[in-house]
Amino acid sequence: MTTKETHSHVGIDVQRWEEETLNPTLQKRPERMRQFSTVSLRPIERLYTPLNVAELDYERDLGFPGEYPYTRGIYPTMYRGRLWTMRQFAGFGTAFDTNKRFKYLLEHGQTGLSVAFDLPTLMGVDADDPAAAGEVGKCGVAISSLEDMEVLFDGIPLEQVTTSMTINAPASIIFAMYLVVAEKQGADWKKISGTLQNDILKEYIAQKEWIYPPEPSMRLVVDSIVFCTRHVPRWHPISISGYHIREAGSTALQELAFTLRDGIEYVQWVIAAGLDVDEFAPQLSFFFNSHNDFFEEIAKFRAARRVWAKVMRERFGARHPQSWMCRFHTQTAGCSLTAQQPYNNVVRTALQALAAVLGGTQSLHTNSLDEALALPTEQAAQIALRTQQIIAYESGVTNTVDPLAGSYFVETLTNEMERGCWDYFDKIDAMGGMLNAIALGFPQREIHEAAYQYQQAVEAGEKIIVGVNDFVVDEEPPLPILYIDESVAEIQKERLRQLRAKRDNNRVQQTLEALKAACRGNDNTMPFIIECVRAYATLGEISSAMKEVFGDYQEPAF
Amino acid sequence: MAERKIRVLLAKPGLDGHDRGAKVIARALRDAGMEVIYTGLRQTPEMIVNAALQEDVDCIGLSILSGAHTVLCPQLMQLLREKELTDVLVVVGGIIPQEDIPKLKEIGIAEVFLPGTSMHTIIEFIRSHVRPRA
Repeated sequence: MTTKETHSHVGIDVQRWEEETLNPTLQKRPERMRQFSTVSLRPIERLYTPLNVAELDYERDLGFPGEYPYTRGIYPTMYRGRLWTMRQFAGFGTAFDTNKRFKYLLEHGQTGLSVAFDLPTLMGVDADDPAAAGEVGKCGVAISSLEDMEVLFDGIPLEQVTTSMTINAPASIIFAMYLVVAEKQGADWKKISGTLQNDILKEYIAQKEWIYPPEPSMRLVVDSIVFCTRHVPRWHPISISGYHIREAGSTALQELAFTLRDGIEYVQWVIAAGLDVDEFAPQLSFFFNSHNDFFEEIAKFRAARRVWAKVMRERFGARHPQSWMCRFHTQTAGCSLTAQQPYNNVVRTALQALAAVLGGTQSLHTNSLDEALALPTEQAAQIALRTQQIIAYESGVTNTVDPLAGSYFVETLTNEMERGCWDYFDKIDAMGGMLNAIALGFPQREIHEAAYQYQQAVEAGEKIIVGVNDFVVDEEPPLPILYIDESVAEIQKERLRQLRAKRDNNRVQQTLEALKAACRGNDNTMPFIIECVRAYATLGEISSAMKEVFGDYQEPAF
Repeated sequence: MAERKIRVLLAKPGLDGHDRGAKVIARALRDAGMEVIYTGLRQTPEMIVNAALQEDVDCIGLSILSGAHTVLCPQLMQLLREKELTDVLVVVGGIIPQEDIPKLKEIGIAEVFLPGTSMHTIIEFIRSHVRPRA
């Protein structure tokens, strides 16, 4: 029988099934809801059959793992060959505190480090700046100078671990600090590897931690990508991030489409700076959220690979297969965690992590059960890591590649995700690209609308959150939480005072002046930032120097 | 005479950029018939208190997810007292550890809304707790 004949048979059969089997049941017992939808409020049909994927061409749309278009995975053997990197995000208090946590995590089987910086660091502000009041060391580790970075990685050989750093507006400064620490350890820049988040576009769209206006910010990103291509070739200079877009309330599709469109924007800018696409594309990486809706998430990950492969090959003419691969890190959805009945968060996280693994992630961070309350305690972080290990070693889902391929439902969702991406790309292209779309407030409004609709669905009881709007209990035993007090800020301020007194302040001024001159001209800024760091100029001093040239950014009102 | 609408100032103090909650609440309060002034990001306590004074608001809603509430809330309450704005209802929403809630109430914060609080609960609280105006 040909495929066409099969489909017409199924078509006839579906009709028969509806009349003979389904309808009598529906008359006796209606379904639980009038309409079913994913957590993104995407409508879901009762049943998916071969008819939903009638247009799917195995060779063209799925192919084989490790081959274009990589729908089934970027490596031929996937987790049979190597498990994903278990990369728990960690950072709090002082560099001393976090260095201890890093060592603890490495001893317990974590395979890569991932640094969470506090808000002053993320904003390029020193711990002793008045704007840092109340924030030092709270949401991550406080890093104001090279001295802090030396403490943070003390006793951790940077040629051997891979480090991911979640930093954006001041990414080039923090990266320069990392490079200088590596240099002082005697590590070869050509051998160190890791990832810099360095995704400024999603800051304007969702995370909102910007310093400079979009254009000079894009230049800094481009400079760091060009610098890495030449001097730190194993480093991933950017992790194009949908995580925060999703946390801000987007749908799964918006997360995917805006993230990949941001990726397109970066590729265009780096090509415009003179690099060949195949020179840098293999080092690009992505970062996605894994939310509650199991199949929608798996479809999102599979679609991400297929869409990116097509973008790189067809839109940018990349020739190297390495340039076509969408490699990504995943973090389970922080915004899905509840302060109510917090132990339920272990279960949520496990399901989200399973979706990420079935979606073929290269790296995973599972959130801790107490994150709707505070930063994770050591024990909560350990359970989160154990969750990954149970999936990896006990569940058996790692024994074959892309086990959900061919599911009528998953393939249909994957196709819908892909189509939705092309639609969003067309819209943003028509606006003149992502910078213009951001200036018009387009992605911001789309996300806000989705967040509001979801909240209304929760309020109306159309979406159930266990322990929050259903299955509520009266009293909760409070969890022990990690508490960061103000002594951290005092320690940091004192360290900065001592540093400013003992360093060569003339040299600091000279390097800052040289950096400003580079910012005014066209030179790559990275070598100048590295010189400032070597002179122990602080994070705040370096970012202020650049702000003098670049100006700062105010969000337009929408 | 038409009843005066409840005026609410929603603010994000500190450096934190997570404004999903603040924006959803802003819209929900507007839909509930209140007048909402949203300050935008990165406001100092001084900026918030000045805006509250200028806009003659009945309620200030602070959204803090970064842990900075321990420092920023006392600063804000102190400034409100200095400006004699003690009849303004102040509520806080965000990631606030249980043990901090009594401390915030002690300094005059009327209520703390944790993640998962329904928009309805917040609207009703504000409606029933703002001081009636002359």
